[in-house]
Amino acid sequence: MSLESFLIVGAVIFSIGLYGALTKRNAITVLMCVELMFNAVTITAVAFSRYVAPSAVIGGVEGAAGAVLTGQVFAVFIITVAAAEVALGLAIVIAVYRSRQTVLVTDANQLRN
Amino acid sequence: MTLGQGTEGSLLVDVVFWTIAVSLIVAAIAVVQSKNLFRSALFLIVSFIGVAGLFILLRAEFLAAVQVLIYVGAVSVLILFVILMNRDVETGSPSNSRVVVPVGIIAALFGAVAIFVALHTEWNMLEPALSPGGAAAGMAGEVGGVFSNAIPVVARLLIRDFVLPFEAASVLLLTAIIGALALVRER
Repeated sequence: MSLESFLIVGAVIFSIGLYGALTKRNAITVLMCVELMFNAVTITAVAFSRYVAPSAVIGGVEGAAGAVLTGQVFAVFIITVAAAEVALGLAIVIAVYRSRQTVLVTDANQLRN
Repeated sequence: MTLGQGTEGSLLVDVVFWTIAVSLIVAAIAVVQSKNLFRSALFLIVSFIGVAGLFILLRAEFLAAVQVLIYVGAVSVLILFVILMNRDVETGSPSNSRVVVPVGIIAALFGAVAIFVALHTEWNMLEPALSPGGAAAGMAGEVGGVFSNAIPVVARLLIRDFVLPFEAASVLLLTAIIGALALVRER
C-alpha cells in the first residue's frame, strides 16, 4: 500500500469509466460511468493529500500543517459537484424519456436538423 | 514517526487494500459490461462502498462517511428510481458498436499513460520530509496531529481558505435542485 498503488487503482477505474461513458448508448449507463470517473479522481486527490507533502510543509511555514488536508477539501467539492450533476442528468433523462420514449443518447438528436 | 500509527506497513493492511482494490475494479468492469441495467446500478453501489473503504485506508474517515451517505445513500437510490421508471430495463445498455474498438484503445492508452506517470514521477513524499533530518522534520508532530484529528482542520479549510468555492458549491446545489424540478415538472 503506497501512493503508487492508489494512483494505479484510480487510473484503472478512470479508464473503465471513460470507456463506458464513450461507448454506451444508454444515458443512465453513461451517467453511472461518469460517476465512476468522479470516484477515481476523488481517490487520486485523497491519496495525494495523504502521501505528498505540500510546499508549505516542506518550507516549514508556521501553522501550515493543515495544508496536507487540501486534497480532502477537493474531494468534498468533487462529491458536491457529482451530486448536482447526477440530479440534473437524471432529470434530463426523464425529460427526454417523456418526449421521445427512449433513453438512448443516439436517439436524442432533435437538435441535429 | 509514522502517520499511520504503526499499522501502515503490516501485511494485513496490504491484504485489505488489495482485496478492496480488486473488488472495486471488478465491480467497475461489471458496471460497464453488465447486460441488465439494474444489475449494473447494484455493482455501482459495490464500487462506491469500495471507494469508501479506500478512504478509510487513506485515513479520511470523514470522507468515507460522506461517501456512504451521499453516494450509497442518495445518488444510487436516485439512479435506481430512474431505472425503474424506464420501461426498457431489460434491453440493457447496448454499446455503440462502431466506436467500441477505437474508444477501447483510447481508454487503454490513457490508463497506461496515467500509470506510467504515476510510477515515474518523483513525488515530494510526506514521510521522508517529516522523518528526523528531513526537510520539514520540525512539523512532524503537527502534521501527525492533523491526520489523527482531521475534521476540525477540514472544517477550518472549508470556511476560511476555501470559503468562496464553498459558497459557490451551495449556489450550485440550489441551482441543481431548481433545475431538476423545472425539468421533470408535469406540464
